[in-house]
Amino acid sequence: MTNNDVLTPTQRQATAVALAGVRADPSSIRVRFPAAARTIARTTADPGDLGRFRAEDQVRLSLLETFAEVTSDQEALVQEIEDLYRYGDGDERRAVLLALSHLPIDDRGIEMVQDALRSNDPRLVVAALGDYGHQHLDPAAWRQGVLKCLFMGVPLDLITGLSSRLDQTLRDMVAAYAQERTAAGRAVPADAQRILDLSTDSTETES
Amino acid sequence: MRIFDPHIHMTARTTDDYQAMRAAGVQAVVEPAFWLGQPRTSVGSLTDYFDALIGWERFRAGQFGIAHHCTIALNPKEANDPRCLPVLDLLPRYLAKDGVVAVGEVGFDSMTAVEEDVFRRQLELAGAHALPALVHTPHRDKVAGTRRTLALVAEVGLDPGMVLVDHLNELTVDLVDDAGAWLGFSIYPDTKMDPARMVAVLQRRGLDRVLVNSAADWGSSDPLATARTAEAMLAAGFDEDQVDRVLWRNPVEFFGQSGRLLLDQLSNATPDAGQTFEGNSLLRGERVS
Repeated sequence: MTNNDVLTPTQRQATAVALAGVRADPSSIRVRFPAAARTIARTTADPGDLGRFRAEDQVRLSLLETFAEVTSDQEALVQEIEDLYRYGDGDERRAVLLALSHLPIDDRGIEMVQDALRSNDPRLVVAALGDYGHQHLDPAAWRQGVLKCLFMGVPLDLITGLSSRLDQTLRDMVAAYAQERTAAGRAVPADAQRILDLSTDSTETES
Repeated sequence: MRIFDPHIHMTARTTDDYQAMRAAGVQAVVEPAFWLGQPRTSVGSLTDYFDALIGWERFRAGQFGIAHHCTIALNPKEANDPRCLPVLDLLPRYLAKDGVVAVGEVGFDSMTAVEEDVFRRQLELAGAHALPALVHTPHRDKVAGTRRTLALVAEVGLDPGMVLVDHLNELTVDLVDDAGAWLGFSIYPDTKMDPARMVAVLQRRGLDRVLVNSAADWGSSDPLATARTAEAMLAAGFDEDQVDRVLWRNPVEFFGQSGRLLLDQLSNATPDAGQTFEGNSLLRGERVS
């Protein structure tokens, strides 16, 4: 979900300057990353559009990729990414989560994904269920994440690989959730119904 | 009337306060990072507090139509606890963020050597990050503390126009005025200024570079002290434009130097208390959809 087209030529130029700065002094990412939206590029369109890959996401991804290029020690790379996440605000954390699948860290970003899924911030939950979460979350955690989206009213379309990971266990969980809603006299969200209607012919329960 | 309270600790205040403030015309605030009643003993509790200032509290204020900004620093009292000192290394990460409009509150509490070292380092950080500095002047030995503050600003080489020296009174106003720094006055029951004395200061020296705040916090204080001062100014013969200058344009001019004010997000839309921040709304109980 990356796209350099979200940046104007001027913003790409400013990004290039920032990337050169990270190459010259990798630790400068600690201030370049949080300042990226203000100093380089910001998508001002509807911040509630959770699925949109924003200009600042692209800049922050480039900063992280460049940092990874100049950091040969994976330990140091993971530590810096974790710190950017820990000391980030909601938008910065989201950008870290979206970048994880582009960084050479194998499964070592999983704790950040798990932290994001513990939050109730839709920005973070959606980003946690993107490409990296799709690749690395264990089935139980992934199913809980999907269920959490239903609770929070987050569109399931934003989850990477929903139909390929959907299994009978998740269908049962969603069915129980729908029953609970019905028993309480509340409407069943359309997304929940959609999961129940999806064919599971090809989806055996993952262990 | 529009009011910008440039110094108020909203984490200690209730939603009733937010409601009353907005009704009185408060549309923007700056919440300086400071000490709490209970001392903190670790870096983690300080960074959690900073996270609340840039996250939850900004969201909470937004629900009442108030733009919330903050300043970030290690305060002078907790600077004396070696367990808190390492937070200085983390400050640059926070000073780069939107909505962080100054380094502060810095300054002196008991005038110790450690306080001075931490104060100096943070004034240097303000210079490095092109941010204004918000300086607390001590409750005890205020005149000496104010003199030392101004000397330190000069030693570090900060432009006095980027420095706000706060909690001034009749005895310290001229020192700061002569140095060319901005003058902050807290209208705070019993221990600081009151509206009548504030008006007298304004009549004597004019409105230039003056900021008036409530400094309301967890103590017995008044989040509407800014509005009370506006009323006292009008009663004393100042006109509405002059009130607007002191209570809106001056703080916007000072903190605007950071380039990080969030006033473009001010909306006149009806606040929606049902919105959520990280899933937590200001309403309690399950939302019925």
